[in-house]
Amino acid sequence: MTTLGILGAGRVGTSVARAALKAGYTVNIAASGAAEDIALLTEVMTPGATAMTAADAVASADLVVVAVPLHKYRSVDPNLLSGKVVIDAMNYWAPIDGTQDDFEATDLTSSETIADHLAGARLVKSLNHIGYHELEEHGRPSGDPNRRALAVASDDDDAAALVMELIDRLGYDAVMAGPLVAGAAFQPGTNIFGGELTAPELLDELARHRERHLANAEFQRTA
Amino acid sequence: MELGVYSFGDTQRNPDGSLRSTAEAIRNLFDGIVRADEVGLDYFGVGEHHTFEMPASSPGSLIAAAAAATTQITLGSSVSVLSTDDPVRVFQQFSTADAISGGRVEITAGRGSSTESFPLFGYELANYDQLYEEKLDLLLNINANERVTWSGAVRPALHDMAVVPRPASGSLPIWVGTGGSAPSSVRAGRLGMPVVYGIIGGVPAQFAPLAELYRRTAAQAGHSGPSIKVGVAALGMIAPTKEEAKDRWYPGWRRTFESLGAVRGWRAPTRTQFDALSEAPGAYYVGGPDDIAERIAELHDHLGHSRHFLQMDLGGLPQEHFLESITLLGTEVKPRVERLLAKK
Ligand SMILES: NC(=O)c1ccc[n+]([C@@H]2O[C@H](COP(=O)([O-])OP(=O)(O)OC[C@H]3O[C@@H](n4cnc5c(N)ncnc54)[C@H](OP(=O)(O)O)[C@@H]3O)[C@@H](O)[C@H]2O)c1
Repeated sequence: MTTLGILGAGRVGTSVARAALKAGYTVNIAASGAAEDIALLTEVMTPGATAMTAADAVASADLVVVAVPLHKYRSVDPNLLSGKVVIDAMNYWAPIDGTQDDFEATDLTSSETIADHLAGARLVKSLNHIGYHELEEHGRPSGDPNRRALAVASDDDDAAALVMELIDRLGYDAVMAGPLVAGAAFQPGTNIFGGELTAPELLDELARHRERHLANAEFQRTA
Repeated sequence: MELGVYSFGDTQRNPDGSLRSTAEAIRNLFDGIVRADEVGLDYFGVGEHHTFEMPASSPGSLIAAAAAATTQITLGSSVSVLSTDDPVRVFQQFSTADAISGGRVEITAGRGSSTESFPLFGYELANYDQLYEEKLDLLLNINANERVTWSGAVRPALHDMAVVPRPASGSLPIWVGTGGSAPSSVRAGRLGMPVVYGIIGGVPAQFAPLAELYRRTAAQAGHSGPSIKVGVAALGMIAPTKEEAKDRWYPGWRRTFESLGAVRGWRAPTRTQFDALSEAPGAYYVGGPDDIAERIAELHDHLGHSRHFLQMDLGGLPQEHFLESITLLGTEVKPRVERLLAKK
């Protein structure tokens, strides 16, 4: 049995919690404050999960999900997450959440900026391109031809493998996109972010994204 | 169960698809409010919005005008984007309209559905949480006290200042408007404020745990009584038959979600999605009177809500269809909902 620690008890955190509980995980959930502050929330919204402080939720977890509002990412303590396998489910989505200098004034993907902050964590970008209300509805058994696929990007293959197992148990085909930087292919504004794709479709989109990227790089080199 | 309508304003379209005037849209909205009052609806909400397609930028002014032209309907904002406004001014505008109406005015404070007001008034969207929290605190303070002493980071401090006029019944009902997250339900419950959920997709019945969380949090914090209640703001439209309703509503729906999708990076919406969302247990209350009445009563089994109101005018819905939908909601849906709920 694997224990999942979830930072964030909002829309995304609570639906990941419910989906993971259904898949047989032990789930610890935390918000920004004390465990009592979210005791009732946990009882009503994610029955079966245990409300904790962020430090406790992470300490006993094999796998951590960070689902806090992106602009609060600096409030997540990097020391807590050092050495942990951490899923970054956050998005930089300026039209909805506003522009933020940390993510605007850089060529890095949002998850690379998170990785810089959470130095020491084994960061995996995933769970970001499915709507929170979809996560509990779109899951299907393995082998179903219409099974939806979710992308995974990480510089750490073993960490990615753990996350791919989680995704499969939640009811989705996990597709490895490549190193963390490959997460650019499924950030807001991409076809993967805006769509509901099967594994072959997702692989197609990843290939198309790589081609465009190479063409761009070529253009910049020759121009 | 109170039934009603909300709108951001809906600018009409020319046959070639281009926009007609925003002034006409405001006048149409005003006419819609008057019609809602005439047909016995309980509530009309004007949602602050700042685009050419949806130009109801100033709910307070529109509600003041409507206050003078209506006799029984409750008028409110749905929502006021409090984060980018001055709570003192918001309160004064709504308490002025309240005086004209004889005590029929409310405020709903919320994030709103679009972000244009942030650059328009010079605020950073990234400061949203602090702006909202402090300004809501000030608004509640003003509502409770004739003379206000307050300090915070987002606005100059007030020391023993009079804020007038005072509402006809002492204070204005102030609701929290939210898209429905667990933490925001907890906050509304702790504050003991009524909450309205904006349900624009998914399955409305799935808001039941949020409503339960809200009520239990309020009880735990010692709040009870008539201000602990749940409203639902949803999308939909009524016509004599379900097929007519869907055919009338689809073009504007499609136009609206196409342009939203272009900004947010969603795929273009399809008729298949529309049809799915338009059937129980989907999110759209588009149909004939029997169908809509049954679905509202059914949702009541899950949420126990006391107010259900619909945004009907989207993407240039022809004004005559808007007015007919309002009329049917008042004359046909309302008595059916009352009958259905009385049986339970
Ligand atoms: N909307 C979607 O469908 C979707 C899908 C995938 C990903 N995302 C991304 O997921 C992220 C979260 O979005 P959301 O809608 O779930 O947010 P939300 O509903 O606003 O909830 C945020 C939660 O994070 C908590 N939090 C804040 N700082 C924290 C900290 N340092 N440690 C632990 N918890 C903390 C908050 O707790 P307090 O109440 O104590 O502050 C709250 O419980 C965003 O980056 C979003 O872009 C969204």
